[in-house]
Amino acid sequence: MMGIVLDSVTKKVVAETHLNNISLELEIGTTTVVLGHTLAGKTTLLRLMAGLDRPTSGRILVNGRDVTGMSVRKRSVSMVYQQFVNYPSLTVYKNIASSLKMSGMSKIEIDRKVRETAAMLHIEDLLDRFPAELSGGQQQRTAIARSLAKDADLLLLDEPLVNLDYKLREELQVELQDIFKKREAIVVYTTTEPAEALMLGGNIVVIDEGRVLQTGSTPEVYHNPATLKVAQLFSDPPINYLNGAVRGDAVRLEQDIEFPLDGHLKSVPAGSYIFGIRPNHFFLSRVSDKDAELRVKVELAEINGSETFIHVSHGDSRLVVQEDGVNPLRIGQEITIYVNPACFFVYDTAGALFASPFNKGSDRRPAWPA
Amino acid sequence: MKGKKKTIALAVYFILLFLPIYWMLNMSLRTNADILSTLTLYPADPTWKNYIKIFTDSDWYSGFINSIIYVTINTMISLTVALPAAYAFSRYTFIGDKHIFFWLLSNRMAPAAVFLLPFFQLYSTIGLIDTYIAVALAHCLFNVPLAVWILEGFMSGIPREIDETAFIDGYSLPRFFVTIFIPLIRAGVGVTAFFCFMFSWVELLFARTLTVTSAKPIGAVMTRTISATGLDWGLMAAAGVLTIVPGALVIWFVRDYMAKGFALGRV
Repeated sequence: MMGIVLDSVTKKVVAETHLNNISLELEIGTTTVVLGHTLAGKTTLLRLMAGLDRPTSGRILVNGRDVTGMSVRKRSVSMVYQQFVNYPSLTVYKNIASSLKMSGMSKIEIDRKVRETAAMLHIEDLLDRFPAELSGGQQQRTAIARSLAKDADLLLLDEPLVNLDYKLREELQVELQDIFKKREAIVVYTTTEPAEALMLGGNIVVIDEGRVLQTGSTPEVYHNPATLKVAQLFSDPPINYLNGAVRGDAVRLEQDIEFPLDGHLKSVPAGSYIFGIRPNHFFLSRVSDKDAELRVKVELAEINGSETFIHVSHGDSRLVVQEDGVNPLRIGQEITIYVNPACFFVYDTAGALFASPFNKGSDRRPAWPA
Repeated sequence: MKGKKKTIALAVYFILLFLPIYWMLNMSLRTNADILSTLTLYPADPTWKNYIKIFTDSDWYSGFINSIIYVTINTMISLTVALPAAYAFSRYTFIGDKHIFFWLLSNRMAPAAVFLLPFFQLYSTIGLIDTYIAVALAHCLFNVPLAVWILEGFMSGIPREIDETAFIDGYSLPRFFVTIFIPLIRAGVGVTAFFCFMFSWVELLFARTLTVTSAKPIGAVMTRTISATGLDWGLMAAAGVLTIVPGALVIWFVRDYMAKGFALGRV
């Protein structure tokens, strides 16, 4: 297979397991997003792929060849770090040209390649400057340009946009998406943010505490998070849980909410379940006549740009409601929130996905809401 | 009012600081008879006689040349040895790394006199006595640990990702070290070179014990001013003034690095 294969790779540092028995296959020409919290092992995974660290056990194959112990110098990789890493003593031009120079490319070729890459990242006017004379965004553009210039088989980006401000991040996200599409390389991109993962699309690897939880195409995993943990990682703010039970043809949530089985819930047999509801599926007013009602108490209203995250409590459960616009709500106020059961994720009590509002294997959107 | 007090305090401090140096300069421009007869704040009848003597008498000027030669050799050896060593301490973990690092530093805490006898005996046996390299090597005993300690601080301030990026770009370790890494810590290298130079320049015990005539340092030559006829004050003061000059010159050249070094590293 053309691509990189990780075969039961484990990385331990002293007694601590950073990665636990990871097996992955990434094909050339694809973009893979690695999603996980801080300390989940994302960086370790990238470092192993790059060859900067050696796995404790397991093999890494590139295009069918075992490269487990091979020095990073001999591999075709490039990497962008979370911190802005450029050679401070070299100009932007020389930074971008550095790997080309080492590969013995002719001066004219290098010049063409550097200017082309710089134009791609809109830093063509900064080529004579030193990294310290650039803004953070420009520094990271330089670092990305440097890694792109190399034309490596494996392009690794470790949370490249996390240290940039919101506006710059959005700008670069869009640009990077286009750049990745045009490349004949294995692009691996780590992030902690579900929104970023969704935007980049491609494939996703959800990891947590050094283990791979789920792999698949990004929208598919978003629509069918296999476990409660995946659902939690792949939702920002994290997905809400409500305990419930199915009896006969009705669902009973917590103690006091009841609604009939409908849509994808029809096939759910009687028993106890955990219902996952994304914060953006709650509404402050009735949207459809099928909506279930919850009486809740406002604990906190967190205004986040043009959105408000309303933290509420219902009995012992704490929920987060994501609402557009700024909502002036008093703390302690009793309000009613509405949710359409058609967008419930149903998990069994062990935390495995039982039913999703989306048909497994398709990206088809449900009838309501998106 | 407060600013004025500060100015006065500073002025007093500088006067105290420069008084001995000024007095030496003053003495160096006078004859012995003049020095011993009256107290004057400035040389009434300045003479270059003392300086001319030093620059024309080969016993005198060779003392300076000897000192400069072994100090330069020592600074070069110290830096060549300490740069890779500091890199290893800063970037790798190996068994006992912290202990070895501390042991290196503890070498500086031992009084130099402790090492004098072994050095003298060893160098006599292998015929190194009275050579530049003998003094230069002996001074490495306290300059190398110091250099490793200072450089390690500077190197640890450079993110490891720079090294990794270079290796990803295809640099070999030596090439990366020389073309990328050393330029990044040049302030540290400057500061380290300065300290090595200074310690070696002012060290007298080793320098005079391990030399006889052909590598005799200026410090030892200065003792020649004491003779049966008394002390040659003017000549000694002139030699003293000239001994300060190289240090002052080095400080002048590395002053920017020094300021940066004091702000950043482990000085």
